[in-house]
Amino acid sequence: MQPVLELKNLNKAFGGLRVTNDVGFTVMPGDITAIIGPNGAGKTTLFNQITGHLVPDSGCVLFRGEDITGMAPQSIVAKGMGRAFQVTSIFPEETVLENVRMACLARRNEARRPFRNVSTFKQATDDAYAILESIGLAQYAERAAYELAHGDQKLLDIGIALGLQPTLLLLDEPTSGMSPDERQLTRDLIVRLWKEFNLTMVFIEHDMDTVFGIAQIVRVLHLGHLLAEGTPDEIRNNPEVITAYLGEEVQ
Amino acid sequence: MDLSFILVQLVSGLTMATLLFLVASGLTLIFGVGNVFNFAHGSFYMLGAYFAFQAVATLQTNFWVALLIAALGAGLLGMCAEFLFLRRIYGRTEEGGFQILLTYSFILVIDDIVKIIWGTEYKSLLRPAGLRGSVELGSITLPTYNVMIIVIGLAVVLLAWLILSRTRPGRIARATALDREMLSAMGVNVPLTMTLVFGIATALGGFAGALAAPLRSVTPGAGIEVIIDSLIVVVIGGMGNFWGAWLGALILGEVMAFAVAIVPEWASVVSYVVMVLTLIFKPEGLFAPRQTRTV
Amino acid sequence: MQEKKSYLSEVFLFVVVAAFAAVPLLRPSSYQIMLASHILVWGLFAVAFNMLWGVTGMLSFGQALYFGLGGYGVGLMMKHLGEVWFLPGMITGLIAAAILAVLIGLLIIRVSGVFFTVLTLAFGQLAWQICFRWYHFTGGDDGIQNLIPPGILGNRIVYYYFTLALVAVSIWLLLRLSQSPMGVLLRCVRQNPNRVPFLGLSVRYSQLRIYVISSLFSALAGSLAAGVDNSIHTDMLYWTTSGEVILMSVLGGIGQFFGPFIGAAAIIVIQDVVGAKTEYWPLIIGLVMMVMVLVFPRGVVGEAQALRLWLKSSRRSDGG
Repeated sequence: MQPVLELKNLNKAFGGLRVTNDVGFTVMPGDITAIIGPNGAGKTTLFNQITGHLVPDSGCVLFRGEDITGMAPQSIVAKGMGRAFQVTSIFPEETVLENVRMACLARRNEARRPFRNVSTFKQATDDAYAILESIGLAQYAERAAYELAHGDQKLLDIGIALGLQPTLLLLDEPTSGMSPDERQLTRDLIVRLWKEFNLTMVFIEHDMDTVFGIAQIVRVLHLGHLLAEGTPDEIRNNPEVITAYLGEEVQ
Repeated sequence: MDLSFILVQLVSGLTMATLLFLVASGLTLIFGVGNVFNFAHGSFYMLGAYFAFQAVATLQTNFWVALLIAALGAGLLGMCAEFLFLRRIYGRTEEGGFQILLTYSFILVIDDIVKIIWGTEYKSLLRPAGLRGSVELGSITLPTYNVMIIVIGLAVVLLAWLILSRTRPGRIARATALDREMLSAMGVNVPLTMTLVFGIATALGGFAGALAAPLRSVTPGAGIEVIIDSLIVVVIGGMGNFWGAWLGALILGEVMAFAVAIVPEWASVVSYVVMVLTLIFKPEGLFAPRQTRTV
Repeated sequence: MQEKKSYLSEVFLFVVVAAFAAVPLLRPSSYQIMLASHILVWGLFAVAFNMLWGVTGMLSFGQALYFGLGGYGVGLMMKHLGEVWFLPGMITGLIAAAILAVLIGLLIIRVSGVFFTVLTLAFGQLAWQICFRWYHFTGGDDGIQNLIPPGILGNRIVYYYFTLALVAVSIWLLLRLSQSPMGVLLRCVRQNPNRVPFLGLSVRYSQLRIYVISSLFSALAGSLAAGVDNSIHTDMLYWTTSGEVILMSVLGGIGQFFGPFIGAAAIIVIQDVVGAKTEYWPLIIGLVMMVMVLVFPRGVVGEAQALRLWLKSSRRSDGG
């Protein structure tokens, strides 16, 4: 089976600081991978190199077998890679529906149509409503996005990414800033979306309940390099990880 | 084209560059420190010229005092403008656009107030006694006043550099550009700093206007020509960069000096051509800090 | 809800067009027709400008360049080739504007924010300088006079309806654009340009597209203005023209599609009433701009709508 995502020997330095140090791993279709690591381990920087926001100094990124290193984000996204953000990134003045519909239109290559009223794009509108149902925001469809609560805005961010019907979905701290109850709901939601949309997922997360609750594979970044990878149980009992990462938190 | 012609133009370009730099450095200072784009900066230049004219006419002061009065007057007005108006729109969404519109309205208002007070006819200011002659430099003859402008310009550059890099207020001013919130958490009075910086910048503008007044006659509307020239300077040099402004002024001043001598009709068009060329090859300006890739 | 909204906008447009169509029937004096023509031409210019600023967030201080180009396309053709070249002149001006907008657009969309504004201003002033200096071709500061459209268009009333038809169709097209997926995309570019690439869409390409479209309609407004005034002048290209169209948009409200049109109508009427009596017109413009920016940044239409929403919600909370 062809891997969805392959990173080979990625390196990136800012000034003298090596933020990504020879990172390489493979993500197979249907995997849910968690990337964990202490603050400053280079997790978001790694995401930025995968989605084209940053160009790695060396190494390459393969997406479904194709080398996408150095491509612009919009080209990479158009190939089927979706991303939701750590700091919620939505279109605040548009309605909740419009936020998701824009993504659906983009996927259908209708986002640049200049004449027909946007609400007459039936397929995209239906797709958008279906996604809003899945993420539980359908009742707010006509509200302006900025009126949503923080947790709902995070869901909307994921909803926008889903609108592109991505093969691979990257989530950057999907539960940050949420209450324990909201976290539980989001965990359930992520698993449901994973099944419903046939997704491959890679997510960054600090909340260990989320990491060990839903990930099949956990990869640990530490000071820019890949410290360990394995099943949640393996990682939980890995002494290196405990000293480098969990130990730090305990202290 | 003989050597003395080239030399004369070079020096004339240097004079022009100095004046351009004095104005543009104020513009770039406010932008670099306060992230405020003062469209009306040229109007403070114009006000400086009128203040100097008025000081000589009513107070019968000598030129040097008039120069000081012009700088002080423009600086005080600049502080008022910041304190009374600009401060109200900091932090508003799409602040940049509204800053431009607000300072644009300053141009219109100041222009007409100048017309009401001083009328529309040309006003001229005499060069100070003792600087009306010329100096011989080898084979070429230079007006003393122009040489003095160059000297003063160099002195201001040195002084500004010392203040910005060696004093605490200078370092605060530079840091404000980096992080307003962090500074206010450290106990620095950021609003006061902004007002002061605005005052210093507009004072520089007024100073330049007064200094230029004996060379160019003063009319309402002068502010607009000046702001566009300064814009070209900061576009060439990279906006918000002090040394970039200096380099931009030097390039533009010299190009203008030669253009005026060779194709007088089209001199002002030539200055835009320099800007367009810069834009094509280095859109952020020659001295802009290298930006990380934005999408 | 959205369908209802779009339908309302088109009804509003229809009512406005009908009202303007009635002007020559009710007030056939050439003075009234002139005033109405100016509102139409500047209204189109302002609406086209606002597609750039209010919708996409690109504040251009150089749209006078295209307004003037439209005017000079007509003026230069008629001056050098004869008065029958009026319509070809219009088309030439539009084509020239489109080409220039692509070239300049490619240069200036590489920067954003204040830098973008400054560069648009500089290009506008460059065009003004060239026009001003190239005396034997453009007439320099004298401008070009006696531009009477040929044939039946020479009739004031016919030309008025010609203007009305073109302006109405243009504004309708722009209205459709603002409610289309592309219009939503442009609003998204303004609200969160960092997210747009993660929809697989290019910010730059969207910006370039709307820059060209806006410039094209600005040029159309300029070419119509040449026939309304029967003359053109370098002032059309001057930066205060760009400033005036910005003021119109701010006054009317940049958040609403028709705001700029209403702002244009207001400014032209005020100019007609007050401008004739004072030489300090810029002072008035400056003060109006200052008040709008500081106190009513949403513009007349925007503030009125906010007030209506506020009244509605306070009534609702009283009742319930």
